[in-house]
Amino acid sequence: MKKIAILGAGPAGIEAAAVLAANNCPVTLFEKGQQPLCNITDKAFLFPNFADADEVAAALRAKLDNPNITLRCNTEVTQLMPSFIAGFQEENLTGTPVWKVNEELYDVVLLATGYTPFDAHRKEELGYGIYAGVHTSLEMEKMIREKKIVNSVGENPKRVVFLQCVGSRDEKSGNHYCSKLCCVTAVKQAIEVKKLLPECETYVFYMDLRMWGQHFEEMYRTAQQDYGVTFVRGRISEAGGTFDDRVQIKAEDTLLGRPLKMTSDLLVLMVGMEASKGTRQLSEMCHICGEYGFAQSLDPHLNDCRTQGRGLFVAGSCKRPMTLTDAINDGRAAACEILTSL
Amino acid sequence: MKRFWNGYQKAIADDHYFYERSCIRQTFFPGSETAFLKILREELGKDILDNPHQHTCTGIGYHSDVVPFDTTMTVVARLFALMTECGYKNYVPSCVTSFGVFTEVMAKWEEHPELKEKARQYLWDACKREFEVPENVAHPSDIIYKFRHELKPKMKYQLVNRFTGQPLRVVEHIGCHYAKIFTQNGIGNAEFPYVLAGMIEAWGGEVIDYPERRHCCGFGFRQYLVQENRGYSIANTQKKFESMESYEPDFILTNCPGCNMFLDKWQYTIAEMEHKTYDKEGYGIPVLTYEELTGLLLGYDPWSLGLQLHQVQCERLMDKIGIPYNPSEKYIGISGRRHPSPEKPEYLKV
Repeated sequence: MKKIAILGAGPAGIEAAAVLAANNCPVTLFEKGQQPLCNITDKAFLFPNFADADEVAAALRAKLDNPNITLRCNTEVTQLMPSFIAGFQEENLTGTPVWKVNEELYDVVLLATGYTPFDAHRKEELGYGIYAGVHTSLEMEKMIREKKIVNSVGENPKRVVFLQCVGSRDEKSGNHYCSKLCCVTAVKQAIEVKKLLPECETYVFYMDLRMWGQHFEEMYRTAQQDYGVTFVRGRISEAGGTFDDRVQIKAEDTLLGRPLKMTSDLLVLMVGMEASKGTRQLSEMCHICGEYGFAQSLDPHLNDCRTQGRGLFVAGSCKRPMTLTDAINDGRAAACEILTSL
Repeated sequence: MKRFWNGYQKAIADDHYFYERSCIRQTFFPGSETAFLKILREELGKDILDNPHQHTCTGIGYHSDVVPFDTTMTVVARLFALMTECGYKNYVPSCVTSFGVFTEVMAKWEEHPELKEKARQYLWDACKREFEVPENVAHPSDIIYKFRHELKPKMKYQLVNRFTGQPLRVVEHIGCHYAKIFTQNGIGNAEFPYVLAGMIEAWGGEVIDYPERRHCCGFGFRQYLVQENRGYSIANTQKKFESMESYEPDFILTNCPGCNMFLDKWQYTIAEMEHKTYDKEGYGIPVLTYEELTGLLLGYDPWSLGLQLHQVQCERLMDKIGIPYNPSEKYIGISGRRHPSPEKPEYLKV
């Protein structure tokens, strides 16, 4: 029986483990955190259908209830390399190297180490960590989860501004790519804010809105028509604190061609996705590190779950920014590839 | 902000500086550069050369598009040649725009070595001089910042209001060409520079952060040099004052000749135009250079620092700190001759 290790108990890792386990393949699922699915359990509702994030997480977690799956939380993988590099002689009959995962040997490894949110401190001009009214989209999600959206003095905000593309499509931070899900997340969060605080003005500053997924465009229209969310095409160049602990922003409305200054109770920075530390380190270790630290598959069209390392597979947002739906599907696809290779 | 400040530190030479004066500061704030030389030589025991053969860096002309880059490079090369001939390697330009010009030229030379060779040839053709690129270029405010803790024990006064015991509230304003061209060349960074804030904090004051802190002082060369554009200049300055007014700053500290001048002198103009001043009692907000501030706290005579040449008068600030001064000596020049007192403005109290 081949030994299979899956690194990362996010949606892609769990889905792959479930498929493999259902096909009588024992898998060991490594998770560095205390619990699996930490990038879902910090959300309130999921686009585009406002599904309860806890329910989705619970459904995914239920898939782990299989005797073929061994979940090891609080276990960070710091070593991943083929055995012949690691100094071992073992190699199976097909010539596939045995992979050294920490101190153990596995025949097959699936890298599903995911992403990490962009650190908004790096966009210094936006004042995150300096002005109390500046938050990330993750912090806004937490407020929505707790149904308690408050400004820096603990009152309900009268105005909330969302800013797209923080750490994505941005030369200054070095991330030229689109993180793909911030656009729709801002639309979703703006709607949530209006649901909780109907009197609150909400603005979304964007470069261009990429409503590429099913129902995304409808959500965007709903946000404008039914919830009165205002969309402004322009990037915010600077945020500063005001005398009453609000946030003053400067931007250009590029449709009107005019500079704009606005004071808001909250400025929400829609932070993009970056390769997680684990993704960077492990993909570098086994020489599959691609652009921006994401893991590189063999071919984006025909072999998107295989890598140049035999027996080494990749799935989910360790490859590129992905939505939850895409990550689950990708985990399933990787499991199929692994089953084919066994 | 400290999180950012710690991430942006730079090398500043310890000693043996070649000083280059500003082309405009000696007119606007004539005591500042002399005070800087005195502080370095007498308080810190440093070697700093004030070469009489120096000249403009072309900064204002360059940024106004009347001096081409090749000319600027050649002029910069001549200044570096003076430094090289005197045996120095650490260049210290007094003006923030000069600092920006030097760092820009050096960055261009770094990325395009052929431009450096071109500058060498131009300089040789023009005056048969040769130069070495400085090992370290630091603005004088960097140097005061570097030695702020060494200077503190020598200071007679702190940035504390002696009537209330509270720290003085200080607006700091950094010249654009200090860190906005190359972020890595500034202490702190372009968004939250620490070079002046570090001095204020070290000497007992409190830094005010206000919404338009990063806004232009109003000097912007094309705004000011083209007479028809001066409305933009004063509008920018006014925007800053409107924004800082509610924080009731005790004074403004700057590190750029243009910022010094415009934040100071436009207060008079705004008062004449709008009958508006930005302190409660109508005296305006004093604007100091970092050399003037350092000199004042070290106990230098305020009139030898040139404070009488400010538009907004500094006596009330000195009263708050507890710095003694002799009003009758205010307009006595260094030659001992008494100059006439200036006419008093109608709206801005002096």
